[in-house]
Amino acid sequence: MLAEVANPQLTWNLAHDVSEVLEYHFMVNALIAGSAVAVMAGLLGWFMVLRSETFAGHTLSMMAFPGAAGAALIGVAAAWGYFAFCIAGGLVIGRFSAGRGRSWSEQSAVIGSVQALALGLGFLFVSLYGGVLGDLDNLLFGTFLGISDGQVLVLLAVAVVAVTVLAALGRPLLFASVDADVAGARGVPVRALGVAFLVLLGLAVAATSQITGVLLVFALLLMPAASAQAITARPGLSLALTVAIGLVVVWLGLGIAYFSVYPAGFFVTSISFAIYVGVQLAGWARNRARAGMHAPDQPVAEGVIA
Amino acid sequence: MFSQEFMRNALLAGTFIALACGISGWFVVLRGQVFAGDALSHVAFPGALAAAAAGVDERVGLFGATIAVGAGIGLLGQRSFAGGRGTAGAAPAGDTAIGAVFTFVLGLGVFFLTLFSTSSGGGSGIQAAHTLFGSIFGLGSGEARLAAAVGLAAVLATLAIARPLLFASVSPDVAGARGVPTRLLGIGFVMLLGVVAAEATQAVGALLLLGLLAAPAAAAHRLAGNPYAGIALGGLLAVAAMWAGLALGYAIPGLPPSTAIVTIAVGIYYASTLVR
Repeated sequence: MLAEVANPQLTWNLAHDVSEVLEYHFMVNALIAGSAVAVMAGLLGWFMVLRSETFAGHTLSMMAFPGAAGAALIGVAAAWGYFAFCIAGGLVIGRFSAGRGRSWSEQSAVIGSVQALALGLGFLFVSLYGGVLGDLDNLLFGTFLGISDGQVLVLLAVAVVAVTVLAALGRPLLFASVDADVAGARGVPVRALGVAFLVLLGLAVAATSQITGVLLVFALLLMPAASAQAITARPGLSLALTVAIGLVVVWLGLGIAYFSVYPAGFFVTSISFAIYVGVQLAGWARNRARAGMHAPDQPVAEGVIA
Repeated sequence: MFSQEFMRNALLAGTFIALACGISGWFVVLRGQVFAGDALSHVAFPGALAAAAAGVDERVGLFGATIAVGAGIGLLGQRSFAGGRGTAGAAPAGDTAIGAVFTFVLGLGVFFLTLFSTSSGGGSGIQAAHTLFGSIFGLGSGEARLAAAVGLAAVLATLAIARPLLFASVSPDVAGARGVPTRLLGIGFVMLLGVVAAEATQAVGALLLLGLLAAPAAAAHRLAGNPYAGIALGGLLAVAAMWAGLALGYAIPGLPPSTAIVTIAVGIYYASTLVR
């Protein structure tokens, strides 16, 4: 895959390997873009896990398909389609899933219906477009070879906007996420916050999918946050941990992918999942040990704060 | 319309897959497990690729992956159900685990895709697109008959466990105290869902599976108060959406049948929210 660029060989000299990686402009671009995405996806993913909106996040990632197909149909860059559909998807899910008298089971059905409808639209666009949708593999599984300077700037700008808005909404959003009823009674606009959050999540998903591909956004959006929340229940600490895990995952994943023929998405996902499983197993073992020390019929505390 | 062989195949397979989706979908919506069904349909793709990379029939990998992951989801989902958090408002805690697991399996799929395309070369992207979005008008008669048989078997299996499953879903604690094997039922149901997902994904695509699982059943939940009427209505609405969508897709060139079917199914749900 990289044979025409270089013939990368992993040596035992780590400093040499790192400097070799950084010699290439495309790798520097990939690392900057990947870091920006890791920070943004980590922070928004942390709230996504806290709010149990995993399915909504997944549905937003699927918006990339109608987005890319629609962009091809009207002849603009695919990224515009991604962002437009992801934001629209956030608005639609926010508007229709949290309505009055809708139980969780119906909410999940609504989100599933939105996703199916979006994929159906994407299908229609491809059919109307008539041509073969180029870069299907890149759309689904991501690429890190061809990130241009312009894309890096766009991703950085999106990350700065999303993180700034999230910082402004952070406190009331945390309140509304942890206890919606009490927050509502205190005058926090719970529903408006929920919709705003989904729109932000749509932005983050669209940006993340440029690096990991549509199918693997959870490697940066879900797993670092889920791992961090299982490690500590303190919001500030677990937010910081989320970002740290996300950055490590991206750097390691891109670094290994540079020396390998296999795509970056595979490594990013595998490293992230290994951390997630490790944390879950550690938590399980700790609970086991704790349960063994106390009375056996006491309920075992869950590591997750949600 | 019925003189075309591809149309007869599509109707045969579509009817039974829709029936299976509508009926099992009623329980899926009741238990808040639409995400699990969605995840299972994604897992079908790496399963098929792994089988292709290993050189065995792709159906082995397809069914193997969905049933195995279904069992895993069933096991993980137990905690949230046993804790009684599946009631109004709160999402089952298993969703995070489902998301992590299926993303990892998709990551493996990327690995197999590279392995597969470097060993045999070419056509992998098209293969991937086909597995992700199978085409209902492209079914052969053998495939259609197999899809109908699997759909029928899934319907019968769901109906066979309907009574205890209903009890276990509505009131897991009481059902458990009465000796209903709630854990086993939960795992068995998600595995059954895995079979439906594998068959529907390769025959008609993941898109149709999701649309038919969620929307008609959600409409049935709104419209029918009685569980058995709801189950029947879920199956009926799914089949109606399938037939109407196939007819529309046949009549209007350029309109993919999957788009028509899903749009009608979601339209039915939207109409049901206006009624009730």
